[in-house]
Amino acid sequence: MADVSLRKVVKRYDEVEAVRGIDLDIADHEFVVLVGPSGCGKSTTLRMIAGLEDISDGDIMIGGDVVNDVPPKDRDIAMVFQNYALYPHMTVAENMSFGLRLKHYPKAEIKSRVTEAARMLDITDLIDRKPKQLSGGQRQRVAMGRAIVRNPKVFLFDEPLSNLDAKLRVQMRIEIKKVHQKVRTTTVYVTHDQVEAMTLADRVVVMNHGKIEQIGTPNELYHKPATRFVASFIGSPAMNFVPCRLEDVGGKLNVRLTDRLSFPLPPARAVRYQGLSRTDKLLLGLRPEHIMEARPHAEPGIEPFDAMLDVTEPMGMETLVYFTLEGSQLCGRVNPNAGAQDGSPLRLAVDLNNMHLLNEVTGAVL
Amino acid sequence: MSTVTIDKSGPTRKVKYGSMSRDRTWALRWSYFFLTLFAIFSLVPPFYMLITSLKSSAEISAATNPWWVHRPTLSNYIELLTSNQFLRFFWNSAWVSIIVVTITMLISVPAAFALARMKFWGSATLATGVFLTYLIPDSLLFIPLFKMFAVFGDWTGIQLVNRWYVLLFIYPTLTVPFCTWIMIGYFASIPKELDEAAIIDGASWFQTLTRIFIPVALPGLIAATIFAFTVSWAQFLYPLVFTTSTDQLVLPVGIITTLIKGDVFNWGQIMTGALLGAAPPLIIYAFLMDYYIAGLTAGATKG
Repeated sequence: MADVSLRKVVKRYDEVEAVRGIDLDIADHEFVVLVGPSGCGKSTTLRMIAGLEDISDGDIMIGGDVVNDVPPKDRDIAMVFQNYALYPHMTVAENMSFGLRLKHYPKAEIKSRVTEAARMLDITDLIDRKPKQLSGGQRQRVAMGRAIVRNPKVFLFDEPLSNLDAKLRVQMRIEIKKVHQKVRTTTVYVTHDQVEAMTLADRVVVMNHGKIEQIGTPNELYHKPATRFVASFIGSPAMNFVPCRLEDVGGKLNVRLTDRLSFPLPPARAVRYQGLSRTDKLLLGLRPEHIMEARPHAEPGIEPFDAMLDVTEPMGMETLVYFTLEGSQLCGRVNPNAGAQDGSPLRLAVDLNNMHLLNEVTGAVL
Repeated sequence: MSTVTIDKSGPTRKVKYGSMSRDRTWALRWSYFFLTLFAIFSLVPPFYMLITSLKSSAEISAATNPWWVHRPTLSNYIELLTSNQFLRFFWNSAWVSIIVVTITMLISVPAAFALARMKFWGSATLATGVFLTYLIPDSLLFIPLFKMFAVFGDWTGIQLVNRWYVLLFIYPTLTVPFCTWIMIGYFASIPKELDEAAIIDGASWFQTLTRIFIPVALPGLIAATIFAFTVSWAQFLYPLVFTTSTDQLVLPVGIITTLIKGDVFNWGQIMTGALLGAAPPLIIYAFLMDYYIAGLTAGATKG
C-alpha cells in the first residue's frame, strides 16, 4: 500500500493536450474518484498512473518513488477494466492467479490467496468456469478478484461498472465499497457517473478539458462547488441556473431575477455578496431541493413565488416539477401531496439560505 | 448462420406480411440455385477423377460411356501404392509441407504480434509491405530466385538446386506474408485491454504472446496453418523448376513427370495419384473445421 502523487502531469498527443498539468496527492488507503465528462482526461490520467501511457511532462510518484519510466509490471499496481479484460481461455481461478504464477509464487500461497479472494467476492462456486459462462456482474467480480490476489500498492479502476445494467451497477458499487473497507488498498477510480463518484469516494476529483476543476469530499463538492461546471456536474437533477443581478432596495440587498421577481437576500448572504458590483451579470444557482412548495408561514430566507408548471415527474417520495422562468427551465422538488399537476399553477418557494451566486462570464462561484 | 435464420422464417413465408418475406423467399431461391450450380461445378472434376481411377487403361481408351465404370478395378491404386517412386514423392511432399508449416508459423506469428501490437516506427508501413509481397506472383519470381540459388551455389559450393530441401527456403516466401497478414487481423481483433491486463499482471511481451495471444487466437492460427499446408502441398511451379531428379520430386510434379511418358498419358494412374494427393489436405480440413469456426474469443470482454 502506498500514496500516489501527481506533479504537473501533462499528456500530449501530437498537437492535442489531453491532460494539462495535473497536481494530485492521494493518501495511503484513500479511495479517490476521478470524474468528468468523456474526453476530460480522466482515463488518460489513470492510464498514466498505470504506466500504460507515457507521460509527456511532470512526475508520477507511487509510495514516494518517481515511476515515470518504470514499466507497469514493476509499479505494483492492479487494474480493473471497463470490459473486464478476462483471459477467455482460462478458468476463473487461472485468471485470478495469472499474475502470481508469472511471479512464481508457491502453489499453496496462490491457492490460499485465490480462495480468500473468491470467498470475499462470493464467487467460490464459479472458480472452475470460463469467462464466457459468467454473467456481466460475475465477470466484474472475477476482474476484481484478479486485482485483489495480487495484493498491490494501488488499485486502479477504469469505469468498471459502465457495462452493467442499472440495478447490478448499484449492487456492485456496494460490493466495491465493501472490498475497499476490507483490504484498505489505495484506490483510484475513474467514472463519468457522478452518483458513483459521490457514493464511493473519500475524495472526488472533478476534471474537465484536461484540468482539475475541484478536489473535495462528496459533501464539499455538493454544497460548496467552486465553479459552474462542478455545480452543474454534481447532483441529479442538476443545479438550476437563472440569470440575475444584485440591487439595493430600501437599504437591503436583493437579487432580481425578472422584472416582476426580486427576492431580498437573507442577512448572512447579504453580507457575503455586499461587495459585488450591482451591474455584473450573475447567475443564481439553486439545487432542485431548494425549490419546494410554499409553506403557509413565513421563514427567514425562504421566498414564495407563483410558477406555471410545464411537466411534473412523480417519483413516489417526492415529485419533480419543471417550469420556465425568463427562458430558463428550472426543476424543483415538492411534496407528492402538494397538488402539483402538468400545466397547472403552483405556489413555490426558493430557499435562499442555500443559494449560490456565480459570475456568468467566468463561471466562478462567488 | 444465415440458413438458420431462413429456416426459422419458414412458417411466416406462407403468411404474406409484405415485401420483406417475399424478398427473403426470392433470396433463398437464388442462393439455392447458385449453390447447386457451384456444387456441380466443383464436384464434377473429382467425381470424374474417381471414375477414371477405377478403370483399367483399356476401358479408359474404349468408346464407352465415360461417366460409368463397367469393370471396376483397384489395379491403379495397388500399382501406385506399391511403387517406391510414388511413395518417395509422397514422403518428400509430406516432409516439405510439415517443415514449411513449422517455419512459417515460427516466423509469422511473432511477426504478426509485433506488427499488430508493438507499435514501433514504421510498423504500419511494414504491415502493408508484408501484404504487397504476397501480391507478387511466383511466375515472376522463379527465374530470379533460381539465379540467386545458382549464384549462391557457385560462391559457396553449397548446391541447393535439385535438392528437395531447397523448397524449404522458397515456399516460405509464399506462406509467410499471407499467414502474417491473417494473424495480424486475428491479433488486431483481440481487445487491447487483454494485453494491457497481461502487462499489468507482470507478463513480458513474449509471455503475452505465448500465454494470451496464441491460445486466444487459436482459430486464426489453425486457419493460417491450414493455408500454409495447402500452399506447400499443392505448389507446382517452384518444385517443377528447382527439382529435376526423380528422387527429389514432390507429389504434384512427380505424378506429371513420371506418369506422362512423351505423348503417352497413363490416365488411370494420373487420376489415382491426384486423388491420393488430395487426401491429406481433405483429412486435415475435416478434422480442424470445428476449430476453424469456433469463436474462442467469446467472453473475453463484454458480450
